[in-house]
Amino acid sequence: MPASLTRRAFCGSLAAGAAAFLAAGPARALSEPEARQLIDRLVAEVNAVISSGRSEAAMLSQFEQIFRKYADTAYVAAYAMGVDGRRASAAQKRAFTDAFITYVARKYGRRFREFIGSEITVTGVRQSNNYYEVSCTAALRGQAPFRITFNVSDRSGRDEFFNLYIEGVNMLLTERTEVGALLDANGGDIDAMIADLRRAA
Amino acid sequence: MGTFLRAAVAGTTLALVAACSTPGPGEAPDGVYDPYEARNRKVHAFNMAAYETLLRRDEDAPARDPNPVVEDFRPVIVNVADTLALPKSVVNQVLQGRLLAASRNTLRFGVNATLGFGGMFDVAGDLMGIREADSGFGETLAVWGVPEGAFVMLPAIGPSTERDTAGRVVDLFLDPLAYVLPPKDYLTVKGVQVTGGVLERAQYADSVDSVLYGSADSYSQLRLIYLQNSRFDLGEPAADPDGPPEDPFALDTEGF
Repeated sequence: MPASLTRRAFCGSLAAGAAAFLAAGPARALSEPEARQLIDRLVAEVNAVISSGRSEAAMLSQFEQIFRKYADTAYVAAYAMGVDGRRASAAQKRAFTDAFITYVARKYGRRFREFIGSEITVTGVRQSNNYYEVSCTAALRGQAPFRITFNVSDRSGRDEFFNLYIEGVNMLLTERTEVGALLDANGGDIDAMIADLRRAA
Repeated sequence: MGTFLRAAVAGTTLALVAACSTPGPGEAPDGVYDPYEARNRKVHAFNMAAYETLLRRDEDAPARDPNPVVEDFRPVIVNVADTLALPKSVVNQVLQGRLLAASRNTLRFGVNATLGFGGMFDVAGDLMGIREADSGFGETLAVWGVPEGAFVMLPAIGPSTERDTAGRVVDLFLDPLAYVLPPKDYLTVKGVQVTGGVLERAQYADSVDSVLYGSADSYSQLRLIYLQNSRFDLGEPAADPDGPPEDPFALDTEGF
């Protein structure tokens, strides 16, 4: 071992190597069956809530737990805030993420409550760009089935869904429009917008 | 129909279709092209007021028990309205070259009009698995390659596009029932269809109310949801076809 390689330098290079490895992202990529399994588990939990016959308030808080467990919350919040995220402080970003996830989970939970009496089933999965689209249907009596799609990625290091479409309506795009409208209504005040989100939830 | 009337309708349709404008670069952020926004917002305010007065239940009033007669007849009226709309769908699906869909809907019409007692019961859907596949001339124009055009908010009807509006006008003349039935009976058909539409919408009252009253800007929410859903139904690109593909790894989520 050359004398110049001290213990400090050795540890330093080890740390640098580890950092480079971590920065390179997860070594394994998300596979098609894994994407499907994630949504299979999520749908099973949603179906259990829908058929539980519990009160609306109880169901909504369960939907929120499911959303926080399976969604890439950092991505969902960052996308919804859009370019306004660049001028938000770290504390505002954290507060927004928390308020927005509660708001969006309960809002979409209310839509999922309309599937009471039916069941959501996973129908297929396909790769798109660098993520997977997992498609589902919810059959309602006397109507054409609703089509729901979850976009799944391991961007965060964990397998999570980062967007969903109900009958072609993109959740993130629609909610970014809503957050933008809330900011406009508050003259661009981020804290007031967050307070409005908490009230709306 | 007289030759003159036919020529007038054809001329109007051509004019409407030719008017379907296409957005220039940067004119359709998030896939929304709305050059008539100021006028559209006025129509939306009118529609909201009309909806409030005519259809929406007063929130402060005590919830009434659903009227059992209305509840029983709701699916019947909706089914009859759907069945009466089938001939128009079939004509359009033939025009689109979708012969399988056209023959399925023809079978659906035959079965529901007879075994379903004049369309009161959806026998074809419930027993044979042939579900409703509605179509109109707006879809036919889309299949023929006519661009969607600008977003339009129509009085009473709600969100639409230039192409869809032209399609609605043509559908008035494409409906075979308009030629087969005496005018008085055809008016009844239209009445049933309007009632069916109202009842079907009432089923989604919660969703509709959440968009109209639960959002900071109900006009832009309605516009975005309508455009995305209608493109999804027509199998067209969702938002900005020239935009970058959705890339979950490209977004900066630092701090969220």
